[in-house]
Amino acid sequence: MTTGLSTSDPAGTAPPGLLTRLFRAREASLILILLALVAVTAAVNPRFLSAQSLRDLLLNVSIVALVVVGQTLVLLMKHVDLSVSSILGLTAFLSGSLFVANPGMPIWLAFVAGLGIGAALGAVNGLLVAYGRVPALVATLGTLYVFRGVDYAVVQGGQITASNLPPAFSAFASGSVLGVPSLVLLVLAVMVIFGVYLRSYRSGREYYAVGSNVEAANLAGINVGRRVLTGFVLSGAIAGLAGVLYLARFGTVDAAAGTGLELQVIAAAVVGGVAITGGVGTVAGAGIGALLLGVIGSALVALRAPAFWQQAIQGALLLLAISVDIVLARRAARRVQERSHR
Amino acid sequence: MTVPQPAPPPAPQRPARSLLGWETTILALVAVALLVGSTLSDAFLTGANLSNLASNLVEIALIALTMTLVVIAAEIDLSVASIVGMCSALLGVLWAAQVPMGLAILGALGLGALAGLLNGWLVTRLGLPSLAVTIGTLALYRGLAYALLGDRAVADFPPFWTNLGFGLVPGTQLPIPIVAFVILAVVTAALLHATPFGRSLYAIGANEVAARFAGLRVGRTKLLLFVLSGLMSAFAAVVYTFRFSSARADNAVGLELSVIAAVLLGGVSIFGGRGSVIGVIAAVFLIGIIQNALTLADVPNEILTIVTGLLLILSVLGPNLAARVRAARQRRSTLAGPKGGAP
Repeated sequence: MTTGLSTSDPAGTAPPGLLTRLFRAREASLILILLALVAVTAAVNPRFLSAQSLRDLLLNVSIVALVVVGQTLVLLMKHVDLSVSSILGLTAFLSGSLFVANPGMPIWLAFVAGLGIGAALGAVNGLLVAYGRVPALVATLGTLYVFRGVDYAVVQGGQITASNLPPAFSAFASGSVLGVPSLVLLVLAVMVIFGVYLRSYRSGREYYAVGSNVEAANLAGINVGRRVLTGFVLSGAIAGLAGVLYLARFGTVDAAAGTGLELQVIAAAVVGGVAITGGVGTVAGAGIGALLLGVIGSALVALRAPAFWQQAIQGALLLLAISVDIVLARRAARRVQERSHR
Repeated sequence: MTVPQPAPPPAPQRPARSLLGWETTILALVAVALLVGSTLSDAFLTGANLSNLASNLVEIALIALTMTLVVIAAEIDLSVASIVGMCSALLGVLWAAQVPMGLAILGALGLGALAGLLNGWLVTRLGLPSLAVTIGTLALYRGLAYALLGDRAVADFPPFWTNLGFGLVPGTQLPIPIVAFVILAVVTAALLHATPFGRSLYAIGANEVAARFAGLRVGRTKLLLFVLSGLMSAFAAVVYTFRFSSARADNAVGLELSVIAAVLLGGVSIFGGRGSVIGVIAAVFLIGIIQNALTLADVPNEILTIVTGLLLILSVLGPNLAARVRAARQRRSTLAGPKGGAP
């Protein structure tokens, strides 16, 4: 559908749109924090900026950064998708089993399967939320269990290992174009597509409308049910794609793959300025949030923070990022209000 | 929804009916589960098995009590399992440093209350959404648990204390922690259903702005709720540590989702303002009974996970669909009835 948009000219459309966006909004402060963090870490430990460690960092961040794109669509509408980790685990295993069953299968078929399975699972969430009127937190907490249970039932103690996968598939994760891993490029392409879609297309703007005020959106003629359903289907499809990439990157997948990822994804979105209360946020911000969390993690390793303290420091920084972001946003809003009253 | 309807009749009867209805339903489900369980396996309805079943549920049941209060007030606490891990780690560290056990327990409980206070402070003073705050403290408290204890385990607790965790009340099949749970459940139910404080939680959950205008101290109430939630998690940590005779930083990982699943299955609305302690306790035991009965019947573990998820979804979807069918029927009968009138 919209793929033609970015694949035709990824380098041409991305940088200007991204740059103007970054320096206009909340993303600017996140970028500054990110740069400061990188600068300090690199000053203490120059190896932090080596090509190899940057490459590892990007690869580690990319799967969370991909899933957070779908989560953003859902969060914008004031919903949440907790089931993404289970969708990722299930699609990773199922697309792996496709290779086991048909060793000669073309690689693109695994991607199509992952997208399709993910979309179908997302549709279950979407139908429950949009038409069953089940609150998203309840529905996706339920499907988090159901999908993971199905995953365990399908896997039954087995696992997929790299030896089951065609070499070309595993090579995709380690391959690169002009030094940038192709996996990272794929994730960036998805982010650009959805960034442009949310900003410039009517149906993209509808996500903001639904999250800001459902009744107003309804009165404005937006088909809220269909929009919510689409959001969950896209979130599922993206999580499914992430499952295939997870398989390509790690090669080994068991039934527990991706467990607990949902909180990382939501944390990245929140740090990136996507409001849990709906209607506010951008894909770029969410991606920077994921990057920031990843950089904090690897900076702590590079700075040789004591191993057992790293998670606590990471948690404290996450909390700090959330607090500062919201307090600053509120102060800005108050200033605008005062000016308009004068 | 926007169809004009005679408002008065459905409005007063619906909340009462759906609340009572769901509680009766879930208690009936518990009875059915007990019956089915006893036909699946002879070992099910024995004192030893039921005692074991209750014992396995006790931490979830304890934390679900305070989570009920928190969710009724339209907030959420995702950090409870991390508080369990952190307090369990502190208990182990203090004991390993030869602090008397009574003091070590007090220290763990104090840390839990403090953790709850931080959650509550961030939510009420900074006005952050509790979902975001407690995702943050979920990471922070689990990290502090590792900072305290690393990947070591403290296991040499004295028999007197571990017996409190997994022992039975002399002469009965009742696990000692379950006695503590029953007392706390009665206290919580009384607090929620028979005091002004309890009523204020429903008011805050139903409409926070209205509650504030009505003179309720919303901020202070919510702060207290988070402190109670932290304190209860710390108590659950003490029980957990003695029951398994092991203090580890990764104790109770992921428990928060089980607690929330039980609270929602018990009929508490995620949007606040609705729910009861009885419903939640019934839900905790329903999940426990189903899992225990299916395990005894050699049903694979993954089916249990699927059943838990389905129950959770159906508990909300069922009543919703029923209400829609009812509304559709009502609309049809009003349309067929008196002609003209209305827009």
